Amino acid sequence: MRHLMSPLDFTVEELDQLLDLANDIEKNPAKYAHACEGKKLATLFYEPSTRTRLSHEAAMLNLGGNVLGFSSADSSSAAKGETVSDTIRMISCYADICAMRHPKEGAPMVACKHSSIPIINAGDGGHQHPTQTLTDLLTIRSLKGRLNNLTIGLCGDLKFGRTVHSLINALVRYTGIRFILISPEELRLPSYIREDVLDRNEVPYQEVVRLEDALPSLDILYMTRVQKERFFNEEDYIRMKDFYILDKKKMELAPEDMYVLHPLPRVNEIAVEVDDDPRAAYFRQAQYGVYVRMALILTLLDIHVD
Amino acid sequence: MPNESTLNVSGLSEGVVLDHIQAGKCMDIYKYLKLDKLDCTVAIIKNATSHKMGRKDIIKIECPIDYIDLDVLGFIDHNITINIIQDNKIVEKKRLHLPKQITNVIRCKNPRCITSIEPELDQIFILTDEEKEVYRCKYCEEKYQGHLNKR
Repeated sequence: MRHLMSPLDFTVEELDQLLDLANDIEKNPAKYAHACEGKKLATLFYEPSTRTRLSHEAAMLNLGGNVLGFSSADSSSAAKGETVSDTIRMISCYADICAMRHPKEGAPMVACKHSSIPIINAGDGGHQHPTQTLTDLLTIRSLKGRLNNLTIGLCGDLKFGRTVHSLINALVRYTGIRFILISPEELRLPSYIREDVLDRNEVPYQEVVRLEDALPSLDILYMTRVQKERFFNEEDYIRMKDFYILDKKKMELAPEDMYVLHPLPRVNEIAVEVDDDPRAAYFRQAQYGVYVRMALILTLLDIHVD
Repeated sequence: MPNESTLNVSGLSEGVVLDHIQAGKCMDIYKYLKLDKLDCTVAIIKNATSHKMGRKDIIKIECPIDYIDLDVLGFIDHNITINIIQDNKIVEKKRLHLPKQITNVIRCKNPRCITSIEPELDQIFILTDEEKEVYRCKYCEEKYQGHLNKR
């Protein structure tokens, strides 16, 4: 039995197979419409997350399965003091697979030690969010046709943004990847990622402050939101939140075949006027998130559709 | 004061001598090896003269080597020499290695870690970078920031 705790749990070859399956699901949804009939997905969300929970549920429903679960710790036995390991032992009796989001880092790993069903880590604090990374990889590969030989611009909160950290870890396994790290000085990529991941893998990168300087050379621009909850000081947040705003004028500097990705939700870092630009791919990215989770559920349940 | 050349093991017919302990660290080792729980003679020598180190600490323990958790010792300081004594003589010298995993020796200090709210969980740390001697919490991957294993 397999679980998904980190985006690096899959080898590059396994990842290719998963993304191939997701692309086949995209092209032939009817073929997979009954693949999980009689199977149940439990969504154990100890903290609210509309997008991630609904995309997992949509994925299971698209496969003909059913879903059950809770969407906040208050409506679960955790409020009564039940441990994660006890909860998962019980859920293992009710469902065939489980997606868990928990505010405490490592909670899904505790669950998988005591579970008799596959566990998907649907986000544990600021630690891992592997299905977002799988979504990002599928989106990039589907839009650009490859995951190698790409110049990726990562823009915004590179210090606290776990999606950015996970994506870097996943992409350095491919050849010809180059990063342009676009952030204010205060939100630079942490040194342990620059040194332990980029330098160690000899991945070229450049750090810039102005988005305009990076745009002309990018294949992918990955925008992130500056998260209010990361700041102790309201003033710092207000100063940082408007640091980058991608608008129509800036998009004129970008290549015709560059795509803009964003894990969503956005606040104001991408102006609404950009939504109509064919290079704005963030809503398609959300759709790819459903396909990749469908592929993941099938893979973890070891269900093969001919 | 004993020195390296006259390290006296005659008082220990069977047992273990932990030598080349960084000066001042012997009580840390006493604590982490839980030597207070052993029902045997333990002798602690502080600030002995050492040709190699200038000053060093030494611990003599009158017990079989199996009683000593070598993983914990390797984690604290893998440069410590272990001498096994039989019939008043050193019969074997053991080298320590950084253990791949240590359990319930140190605690994760990350307030966002699941271990912070579920105290019955084992505190497990994994060696993730042997060269830099980096240990990370198995659950949240937070780096251990302690000083124990640093010379």
